[in-house]
Amino acid sequence: MQNRALYLKVLSALLVFGAWEIAGRIPVSYAFPTFLESMAALARMTFDGSIFVAYAETLKPLVVGVAISTFLGIGFGLWIGLSARFDWLFSPIFIVMQAAPLAALIPLLVMAYGIGLTSKVFVVCIMSMPVIVLSTSSAVRNTPASMKEMAKSFLAKDYEILLKIIIPAASPMIFSGLRLGVSAGFIGAILSELKITPTGVGDIISYSRSIADYPSMYAAIFSIIVLAVLFLNLLEKTENYLFKGNDRGYVTD
Amino acid sequence: MVMSQTESAFANAHPTEQDIAVSIRGVSKNYGAVEALKDMSLDFPRGQLTSLLGPSGCGKTTLLKIIAGLLKHDSGEIIVNGKNVTGPGPNRAFVFQDFALLPWATVMRNVAFGLELRGVPRSEREDKAEKYIKGVGLAGFENAYPHELSGGMRQRVGLARALSVDANVLLLDEPFSAVDEQTRRKFQEDLLSLVANEKKTFIFVTHSIEEAVYCSDQIALLLPRPSRVHEMIRPQIDRSKGVDNIPREPEYLDIVDQIWASLRAYVE
Ligand SMILES: Nc1ncnc2c1ncn2[C@@H]1O[C@H](COP(=O)(O)OP(=O)(O)O)[C@@H](O)[C@H]1O
Ligand SMILES: [Mg+2]
Repeated sequence: MQNRALYLKVLSALLVFGAWEIAGRIPVSYAFPTFLESMAALARMTFDGSIFVAYAETLKPLVVGVAISTFLGIGFGLWIGLSARFDWLFSPIFIVMQAAPLAALIPLLVMAYGIGLTSKVFVVCIMSMPVIVLSTSSAVRNTPASMKEMAKSFLAKDYEILLKIIIPAASPMIFSGLRLGVSAGFIGAILSELKITPTGVGDIISYSRSIADYPSMYAAIFSIIVLAVLFLNLLEKTENYLFKGNDRGYVTD
Repeated sequence: MVMSQTESAFANAHPTEQDIAVSIRGVSKNYGAVEALKDMSLDFPRGQLTSLLGPSGCGKTTLLKIIAGLLKHDSGEIIVNGKNVTGPGPNRAFVFQDFALLPWATVMRNVAFGLELRGVPRSEREDKAEKYIKGVGLAGFENAYPHELSGGMRQRVGLARALSVDANVLLLDEPFSAVDEQTRRKFQEDLLSLVANEKKTFIFVTHSIEEAVYCSDQIALLLPRPSRVHEMIRPQIDRSKGVDNIPREPEYLDIVDQIWASLRAYVE
């Protein structure tokens, strides 16, 4: 089974890369390089170290923003899910945040926080936090009532109900919120580098586009996608490790 | 004067001079405009199995959850072992109709969960849980997850969890309604041997007349809207005749008929 899943993943990757190569050779557009050209550019950037320098810059707002979103997001989500008053007070903020056109907010952020790291962290947070908050809070609200009742009947204290029932029961949805939030965070990090000040990977993308070095531009985009996928896989592993058995479905369903 | 078996069953319905484990006095409960229980009074003798029997919607679950302290009643008193109770306590354990197992926890952790919440150290609670896992016939399944078990086995986990906390009152809400008929028979026998061996008070909700008559020392027949105790019946079935023969005993059949006669009006 494990092998088969891996096999399918490799196969679908080969298909995508093959299609890319063919599309690049036709070519679909003068600005669309082939897969091999892009990989060559990626190898070049890897060997001269420029990609690492770029990531050192890009990862700063990304890691800080995602970390803040994860902790605050889950915290707010739990709180909103547990308290009706908090829900009334704060839910609208996150719903608006999720719906807000980010590009329109960036000038405001820059006015308030300048063009440095702070603004970029804000962009990452605005992208990633709402979905984490909203999925956590709805997961908490949907905890099976009978499980909470069971814990209560066996004399669980409130914090034990939270730690031993609500959080484990909500964890699949919290993690799916995290996955969406983290992917949105990646988008936010690149967007902030394209819209605020060109640094890091965003700089490679905009600079190589300006000099028509399309293979380098696609190589940078490709690398960020790979990184995002790797990170999401890591998250899934963490989830399976922490909540073994939770992926096995609910017996009361 | 010679009474028939059935008549004496109804005449003896008032347990006199008995040790009462749970007593409910004038309990009322409304859900908004729905009057679920109205001024209900009922005594549960210690060491016996009392069934709450009645059509669905007559407030059986509501009453059981009020006794468990999971629901607040609007008026009246619940007295357990001589003390007025208002919330859950260590002297009562609940077996849920839908099992209420933790899907992410093994059978061992599920059974030991009540003890875990009481702060019993791990090795001690697992020893104890192990004993009850064996007791309900699940030895070898300690590390299985609930989704790997049949409905009957899941309810055995629920039962073992309730037994392991050593409460002296066990509250069972239609525990066998989600298991198949064969398993149900076996469960009823097991329940009877538990009543005989465990010296606990069992309060057992069912909507099956046969099950109630077969298992109970005392049956509270409830009728709906608003729920009230219509009759108390003490079947006093001679169980020495053996499980397979009891359903053919005239005394058993008489009581079943009598209860059916009382319920018929409400079901039709
Ligand atoms: N949470 C609730 N809110 C409103 N009405 C309820 C609620 N729970 C039960 N009821 C009503 O109270 C009555 C008794 O319910 P219940 O105790 O579940 O009956 P039973 O267990 O005998 O089937 C029913 O009429 C039911 O509709
Ligand atoms: Mg019920």
